[in-house]
Amino acid sequence: MQTPPSAPLSSAPNVFARKHLLGLEDLTAEEITTILDNAVGMKDVFTRDVKKVPTLRGKTVCNLFFENSTRTRTSFEIAAKRLSADVVNFNVSTSSVTKGESLLDTARTIQAMHVDMVVMRHNCPGTPKLLSERLDMAVINAGDGAHEHPTQGLLDTFTIREKKGRIEGLKVAIVGDIRHSRVARSNIWALRKLGARVALVGPSTLVQREFEGLGCEIHHNLKEGIADADVINILRIQLERQRKNLFPSIREYRLLYGITRERLKYAKPDVLIMHPGPINRGVEISQEVADGPRSAITEQVTNGIAVRMAVLYLLSLNT
Amino acid sequence: MNALLIKNGRLLDPASGRDETTSILLQDGRVACFGAEADSQAGDADVIDAKGLLVAPGFIDIHTHLREPGREDKETIYTGTRAAAAGGYTTVCPIPNTDPVIDTQTGLKFVLSRAESDAVVNVMPFAAVTRGQKGEEIVEFGDLVYYGARGFTDDGHPIMNSEIMRRALEYSAMFDVPILDHCEDAALADGGSMHEGHVSTKLGLKGIPAVAESLQVARDVELAAFTGGHIHIMHVSKEVSLHHVRAGKARGVKVTCEVTPHHLTLTDDELADFNTCAKVNPCLGASDDREALIEALLNGTIDCIATDHAPHTDIEKDQPITDAPFGMIGLETAFAVLYTELVLPGRVPLELIIEKMTSAPAKVLHFEPRGTLAPGAPADVVLIDLDRKWEVTRDGFLSKSKNSPYVGRQLQGGIEATIVGGRVVYRDGRIVV
Repeated sequence: MQTPPSAPLSSAPNVFARKHLLGLEDLTAEEITTILDNAVGMKDVFTRDVKKVPTLRGKTVCNLFFENSTRTRTSFEIAAKRLSADVVNFNVSTSSVTKGESLLDTARTIQAMHVDMVVMRHNCPGTPKLLSERLDMAVINAGDGAHEHPTQGLLDTFTIREKKGRIEGLKVAIVGDIRHSRVARSNIWALRKLGARVALVGPSTLVQREFEGLGCEIHHNLKEGIADADVINILRIQLERQRKNLFPSIREYRLLYGITRERLKYAKPDVLIMHPGPINRGVEISQEVADGPRSAITEQVTNGIAVRMAVLYLLSLNT
Repeated sequence: MNALLIKNGRLLDPASGRDETTSILLQDGRVACFGAEADSQAGDADVIDAKGLLVAPGFIDIHTHLREPGREDKETIYTGTRAAAAGGYTTVCPIPNTDPVIDTQTGLKFVLSRAESDAVVNVMPFAAVTRGQKGEEIVEFGDLVYYGARGFTDDGHPIMNSEIMRRALEYSAMFDVPILDHCEDAALADGGSMHEGHVSTKLGLKGIPAVAESLQVARDVELAAFTGGHIHIMHVSKEVSLHHVRAGKARGVKVTCEVTPHHLTLTDDELADFNTCAKVNPCLGASDDREALIEALLNGTIDCIATDHAPHTDIEKDQPITDAPFGMIGLETAFAVLYTELVLPGRVPLELIIEKMTSAPAKVLHFEPRGTLAPGAPADVVLIDLDRKWEVTRDGFLSKSKNSPYVGRQLQGGIEATIVGGRVVYRDGRIVV
């Protein structure tokens, strides 16, 4: 079958009127739900024999990654190809950026090649917004520093909704380095807008009090933080943070915050385990939890394609 | 005889307590006399009818980055002093963090000679505290004071070594000149782009904690107490810093401080859209900080207002926010911003704002009788239309740079004319010399 997926939007295209996806803070609950609903249809597309639809035929999508990424870039590339878009990867390490070209000049160069959509990752917060204000191309934020990673927030929310049937009223615990996590921030926005309770868990150096201002509960004690949780989303802990004295050792981190089978008993019996990857087995998550029956980690990867297809499709309506 | 009679204006001179509609006669670069005496002695003097205008001492900015020598693409003594005149300033104090740093008699003489040829307002330069602003060896204070340095600062490269600061305060005290310090603990501030708080948490930007400033303020107050030197805290910006200034003053320590118009009127909310023109050091604080600064201005903890006019090119500001440099221009918006945001809403009296921009900074740097319109004082005067409403636009700036967070804002209070040494240098929106 070569027809576009049945999308709830096709009858009411104005429900999603955005050209860019810069973050989830800006989106309404209705817009988030619209993306998730569309992702359901997209998932149908690529789980059948012919995995491709012609929706974005003739459109060019450019992956513009200023930070190393294999997983997210590949996921976007597959999503765009399943919608029949042409995909190019702008590899920064071999580009003129290393010759001192400014970010805006790099982006102008890409625009001059008549690219329709740019999927962008950069280590500085706000750079996708900068590009969206200065250029005509649609911009999708694939991670800007510790600010937002909206498609990850969407795919996590999609996975929770798929497994639990709802978001509203659930308790979602996010465990780890919240301070430096764009994944945590995008999850917080989506989950709070859709009515979930969000508990942030980690050492005081990595989970600062100010997150209460984003409507979250703060916990430095793992047992209290994951008590009665419906979902535990575990973030990767980076060794680099130890060097800055934000925690004393991987060993102590594992002792205080590592998610093991024994510790799952504090959460709800049917707790869903998630992790955006790449995981450090035996550090923030034990082997048996990562591979256990409650783990949705590989499902998240699959859902990432669906959500990114939905985002590309919806934005293309306004491009 | 060079004479100018300004009549029918509301003459407001906080230092002398004068607030009345009267005439003022300027003669040979000095204030001559007032009222009927001025009218009768005017003779064939030029006349400005200032009916409906405020007549005040010209503003004095003790924190101005003119960027020359070295970064003439951002600002020069020529353009920066024109921006000053447009903002009602008659005296500016250029900061020595230029390239090369002003740390010798040679550099100081360059600035003064360039000012002589290019400036339209008075230029009272500062020199660095340490050679090259490296924080290692103190400069030749005596020689530099002799050739015209009015204060010493390593602004831009705060002095971390307390021993160096101790010796600088001790040594400078001999010449009765202040050390002006940008208070910031380098390790605590490292890598930060904005105030550490709610907004930085939301944006995922590394913040600069308030304690990075207050810690150095506390240190400087202690060192000034210990040495007897005069420490001037530049651009104080956080509530926690004010406690140390207040306590120091109560103990009789020679500590003074300034606040900028932007810290009095803006908060870290300005960064919520990643506006690089609101990226400034010290960073814009929370609304509690802003409220505390206004209170401290009212109760005298804060001595004066200074702009920290810091021009940067569009090329530098059109970058990812972590790469963009700190700083914003301020000379041309200072008065109108303060009048619109603080005086009109009834937060701060007009005469206090004028005082903090004129006689108060003059007192900090011993510029008296500059900063007041007393007979014999330099004839530095500003004429202001308090009713004029205007919009801040990029094209409107005389500064070479346009990095202002106020672009697009409607302000009230327009500078009608700026008079330096009895000579009109700015009038009706343009430089007239």
